[in-house]
Amino acid sequence: MVTMRTDRLVLKQVQKFFYRKKIQQKPFPQSLFPFLQTEKETIKAVDDISFEVQLGQIYGVLGANGSGKSTLIRLISTLLLPDSGQITIFGYDVVKNSYQVRKMMNRVSVDAAFFKRLSALENLIYTARLYDIPVKTATTKATEILERLGFKADRMDGGMEDLSRGMQQKVAIARAFLTAPILLLLDEPTTGLDPKSKRDVQAFINEIRQEHEAAIILTTHDMAEAETLCDQIAIIDQGKFIARGTAGQLKSQINKPESTLEEVFIELTGKDLQEE
Amino acid sequence: MLNIIRTAVREAIVSYAFIERNFNLLKRYLNWEILFFTYSIVNALTIGLIMVGRGDAKDVLYLVIGALVWGFLSIMMREVSDAITWERWEGTIEYTFMAPIHRITHLVGSCLFAIIYGVIRTGIVLAVIPLFFGNHIDLSNANWVAMSVIIAVSSLSFIGIGLMAAIFPLLSPEKGQAATGILQALLLLVSGIYYEIDVLPNWLQPLSKISPATYTLRSIRAAMLDNASVADQLPNLSLLLSIGIVTIPLGFYIFHLGEKYAKRVGRLKRSG
Ligand SMILES: Nc1ncnc2c1ncn2[C@@H]1O[C@H](COP(=O)(O)OP(=O)(O)OP(=O)(O)O)[C@@H](O)[C@H]1O
Ligand SMILES: [Mg+2]
Repeated sequence: MVTMRTDRLVLKQVQKFFYRKKIQQKPFPQSLFPFLQTEKETIKAVDDISFEVQLGQIYGVLGANGSGKSTLIRLISTLLLPDSGQITIFGYDVVKNSYQVRKMMNRVSVDAAFFKRLSALENLIYTARLYDIPVKTATTKATEILERLGFKADRMDGGMEDLSRGMQQKVAIARAFLTAPILLLLDEPTTGLDPKSKRDVQAFINEIRQEHEAAIILTTHDMAEAETLCDQIAIIDQGKFIARGTAGQLKSQINKPESTLEEVFIELTGKDLQEE
Repeated sequence: MLNIIRTAVREAIVSYAFIERNFNLLKRYLNWEILFFTYSIVNALTIGLIMVGRGDAKDVLYLVIGALVWGFLSIMMREVSDAITWERWEGTIEYTFMAPIHRITHLVGSCLFAIIYGVIRTGIVLAVIPLFFGNHIDLSNANWVAMSVIIAVSSLSFIGIGLMAAIFPLLSPEKGQAATGILQALLLLVSGIYYEIDVLPNWLQPLSKISPATYTLRSIRAAMLDNASVADQLPNLSLLLSIGIVTIPLGFYIFHLGEKYAKRVGRLKRSG
C-alpha cells in the first residue's frame, strides 16, 4: 500500500483538448482525396477545471452527453495525459507518480469492459492477480460484494456475455471494490440500469462510504442520484465547471429556492437532460 | 537492493496474470484454436508433400522445416500484438493499463505466454508429421540440441520485433492488425523460408540480410539436415543473439513511446 501524503485529490487548471479532422463536403475532383483535407477542429473536452475532493467525500459531476465527464475521469485515472494543469492524488502527481497513483484507485465506467467469453470469476481473478491479491481472498470478497448488490453467486461461473447489462455492471463494481481503492472513480455507474438495479448500486455506494474511507468521484446525468449521494456537485458543460456547491447551494444560485436540481441544470446550461 | 529484488519477484508473480488469462481465453475459444491448429498441420503437410516424389528425403525436410520454423516464429512475433488487439476490442485495455503494474511486467507476461504456447503448438505439429511422411523424411542427420538452441536464441529477436509491432494495434486495432500482417508477409518473402535467398531479385537481397529469420532458417537447416553442432553455428548464433539484445529493449522503449502517444491523443478508449 502507498502511504498518503495528503488527504485529498487536487485538480489545478486541468485542460485536455482533442483535435478531430473536419469532415468537409468538397466538389468532385477534390472529394477524391479525403486525406488532403487537413483542416482540424478543436474539441475542448476539459477546459480549465480545478477542484478538490477530500477523503470521505462523494463529489458529483453532473453533465449532459459530451460535456467532458469521462475525459475528466480518464485524466485522473492516468489513461489520458493532461495538456496542461496538474492533478495530484493524495499528494502524488498522476503523470510523474503514475505507478503509486494507480495503486490507490479504481474506476467503474459506463460500459462494463470485460473479456466477454470468460466468466465473471475468471475476469475478477485476472484483476486480483494484477493487483497482487490472493485468489482465495479475492473470490470470497467478490462473492460478498456481488451478493450485497443482489447478484446471484451461481452466475459467477457463466460467461460474461450471457449476463444482462445490469449484472455486468455489478461485476464491474465488484472489480473496482475488490482492490479496496481509496480513490474511486464512478463514471455513470447506474446509467442504463433498471430502477431496482439502480437502487441496489446506489445503496451499496452509500454503505461503502460509511464503512470504508475513500474519496469518490461520481459522474451522472441523473439529478436524483447526484442529490442523494453527493456531498458536493459540480455542473460541467462544454468542458467547464459552470456551477458548484451542495444541492441546496446550487438551487439558491438561480434565486428559485423551491426549484428542483433539474430546473437548476436547465437554467444554467440551457439544456434539458431528459432529451439527451 | 532487497527492495529491488522484492519488486522483481512480485512483478514476476504478477506477470502470471497474463499467462493464466490467455490460457483461459484459449479454453473458451477452443473451436478457433482447433481451426488454427488444423490449418498449421495442413499447411506443414501440403508444403512438405510438394517435394515428395520430386526430390529426395532431404528436400522434403527442407520444406517441412520452413513451415514449422515459420509457424513458430510467427507466433513469437504476433502474440503480443494480438493480445493488445484483443484487449482493444474488448475495451479491457483501459483496465489493464490502470492496474498498478509496470508495463514491462505486462509485456513479459505476454511474451512468456507466446513462448509456452508456441512450443506446445509447434511440438504437437512436429509429433504429427512423421505419421504422414514416413520414410519420405530422413531425420538421421538431425542435431536436436543445436536446433533447440537456435530456436531459443532466435525467439529473442522475434519477441523484440513483436514488441515493436504491438504499438500498431495500440494506436488503431484495425489498421494495427493489417500492419502486423504486412510486416509478417514481408519477412516471409525475404527470409528464405521455402527457398534460398539467392533466388530473390537482387534489389530484395539486402532486406534478406537484415531479417533475423534468414539466419535462423539457415542454421536450423544446417543442424537438421547436416548435423551441424552449436559450435558450427556460433557465428549465426551470436548474430541472432545480438539482434535480440538490440530489439528487445528497443521494443520495450518503442511500446512505451506508443503508450505515451496513445494517452496524449486519446487512443485507448472504445466508448463511453
Ligand atoms: N479519445 C477521444 N478522442 C477524440 N475526442 C474525444 C475523445 N474522448 C472524448 N472526446 C470528445 O470530447 C468530448 C467530451 O467527451 P466525454 O466522453 O468526456 O463526454 P461525457 O460527458 O463523458 O459524455 P457521455 O455522457 O456521453 O458519456 C466529446 O465531444 C467527445 O467527442
Ligand atoms: Mg462519458
